[in-house]
Amino acid sequence: MPPVLVIARLTVQEASRRRLLAALMILTLIVVGFSAWGFQKITTVTNGNGETLPPEQVKIITSQLLIVVVFMYSGVLALSAAVVAGPLISSEVESGLLLSMLARPMRRSEVVIGKWLGLAVLIAIYAGGSAFLEMAAVDWATGYMPPHPIQLTLYVGAEGLVLLSLGLVLSTRLSGITGGVIALVAWLMGWIAGVVGDIGAALQNSAVEQIGVVSRLILPTDGLWRGAVYAMEPDAVLAALRAAGAAARANPFTAVDPPPIAFLIWVVVWFGLMLGLAIWSFRTREI
Amino acid sequence: MNQTAAPTSGAAASSPAIHTVDLTKRFGGTVALAGLSMTVPRGEVFGFLGPNGAGKTTAVKVLLGLLAPSSGEGWLLGQPIGDLATRSRIGYLPELFRYQYWLSAREVLSVHCELAPLPRGSWQSAIDEALDIVGLSDRARDRVGTFSKGMQQRLGLGAALLGKPELVFLDEPTSALDPVGRHDVRRIIRELAERGTAVFLNSHLLSEVEQVCDRVAVVDHGRVIASGTMGELLTGSAVYMRVTGLDAGAKAKLSDYGPLDDEGERLTFTKLGQERIPELVAQVIALGGRIYEVIPRHQTLEDRFLQLLGSEEDK
Repeated sequence: MPPVLVIARLTVQEASRRRLLAALMILTLIVVGFSAWGFQKITTVTNGNGETLPPEQVKIITSQLLIVVVFMYSGVLALSAAVVAGPLISSEVESGLLLSMLARPMRRSEVVIGKWLGLAVLIAIYAGGSAFLEMAAVDWATGYMPPHPIQLTLYVGAEGLVLLSLGLVLSTRLSGITGGVIALVAWLMGWIAGVVGDIGAALQNSAVEQIGVVSRLILPTDGLWRGAVYAMEPDAVLAALRAAGAAARANPFTAVDPPPIAFLIWVVVWFGLMLGLAIWSFRTREI
Repeated sequence: MNQTAAPTSGAAASSPAIHTVDLTKRFGGTVALAGLSMTVPRGEVFGFLGPNGAGKTTAVKVLLGLLAPSSGEGWLLGQPIGDLATRSRIGYLPELFRYQYWLSAREVLSVHCELAPLPRGSWQSAIDEALDIVGLSDRARDRVGTFSKGMQQRLGLGAALLGKPELVFLDEPTSALDPVGRHDVRRIIRELAERGTAVFLNSHLLSEVEQVCDRVAVVDHGRVIASGTMGELLTGSAVYMRVTGLDAGAKAKLSDYGPLDDEGERLTFTKLGQERIPELVAQVIALGGRIYEVIPRHQTLEDRFLQLLGSEEDK
C-alpha cells in the first residue's frame, strides 16, 4: 500500500479505535430517534380549530424544522472536523510519533495528503450516514423528502471538508488546541459575515454586501451552508422568499438561489490551495 | 577524525556508511551543529558523545533529512542526505520514541514494514525476528498503550531493526531501560556489528559507549572536540583519591595536577601520570587534607570526557 494510503488508513483506524466513530454513531442514532418522534408530532398536532394541519403546511413546517436539524448536524461536523484536524499533525510532531515514520522513504506531502484523505473518508461516512438516516426518519414520520437530498449531503459534507482543510493547515504549525479553536472561530465568523453580507444586499449597500462575498471566498463554509439550505427548501418556500424580496435573505437559514457554478469551482480550487499550503508549511517545518 | 573525499556517485558498497563535510545547523542565532565533518565506515559502531544540548540529536536529525542543514554536505550509504530511496536501508530509533498506542506491537511493526517498504511476504518473519530480538514476543498482540516506557523503547528498537538495515541510528537507546534492557541493547549492537551493519550510537551513557563502540566522537556546543578509537582517546592515566579536610580554596591549589572531577571527598584527577602521585599526596597533606585512598588507574571514557569538556570551558 502506498504511504499516502497507509497514513489515511491509520487516521481512520485511530478514529475507530479511540471510539470517535462509535460516539458519533450513537449520538446520531439518538438525534435521529428524537427528531423522528418530533417530526411525527407535526402530523398529529392540531391548530386553534382542533384540526390537524393540512399536508402543505406539514410540508413547510417540516422543511423549516429540517433546516434547523441539519444546521445542528453541520455544526457537529464542523466542530468534529476542526477538533480532530487541529492536532492531526502537530500532536504527532510534538509527541515524536512522526519521527520514526518520517525517517522511512515517505514524503511529508504524503503525510499531509494521507491525513486529509483519512479524515475526508470519516467526514463522508458521517455526512452520508447521518443524512441518510435523518432523511429516512423524516420521510417515515411526515412523508416529506427535501427537493435535493444528494446536493444537501454533498454541501454539508463539503463544509466539513473545508474545516478539515483549514484545521490541517493550522496543524502543520500550531498546537492542536490553538489550531482547532482558530478553525472553529473562523467557521462562526464566516457564518456571521454571511448574514452581514445579506443585510448589505437587503440595504442595497454594496460595501457591506462585499463582506459576505469576500468571507465566502476566504472560507467557503457559509456559501456551502446556503447551498445545503437551498437544497432543503420546497418550491412554496422559495416562492415566498422571492416574493418577500432582498430583506428576506438576511437570514442564515434561507437561500433564494443555489450557489453559483463559479463559487463551486472556487471551492475546488480552495481545497487545492489549502492542501498545497499545508504541504508547503509542513515541508518547511523543522521537526 | 577520519577525513576522506566525498563519494561522488552511486551507492557503491565501498562507500562509507556516513560521510559529512562541514555540516552546519543554525536555529535563528543559535548554532546547534557547527561544521560537522566525519566519516563512519560500513560495519562500524560509532559513538557520538556529548552533554545534554551538545547537538547530538540535531546531528542525527540532519543526517536523516528530518532537519535541513544550514550549510555543508553529507552522504549516507553513498547517497546525499535526504535521499528517499536510501531511507529504506536505514533504521532509526528516535530519542523521543512514541508509537501508535491504539495499535498492537505487531501492528506498529507492520506499519513500519509497509513504509520501509519490505516485500509483503517477508513481514511475518521480519516482525517475529524483531520482536524476538527485543524480547517482546509474548506481548506482540498487546496494545502499545499498555506498555511501559522501557517496552516502548524496545519496540522502537525493533522497528529500527526491521529489514536488516545497513545503517542504524540509535538516539539514546537505553534512556528508559533497566540494567537488563541496557545489557540487551549492548548485545543487539554487537550482533548488528557482526553482520556488518553500521551503528551510529548517540549517547551520554559513557560506560555503554565504552563497551560497544569502535570509535567515538565527543561533541560539545555543536562542535566535535575529539574523536578516534578508544585506544587513541584513552591514552592517559587517572588518579582517584578519597580525601577529607580540603576546602574549595585548597582544591583550587591542586590545579597543577590537571583537570579535577570534584565529587566532595572523592576527587578524580582525570589526566595525571602515576609518577606524580607522591608529589600530589605530599601537596594534599600540606594543604591539611586527610587521605583515605589513592588509586591510580587507566583513564576511563568518563575521565576523558570530563577532561575534554573541562578544557572546552577553559577556552
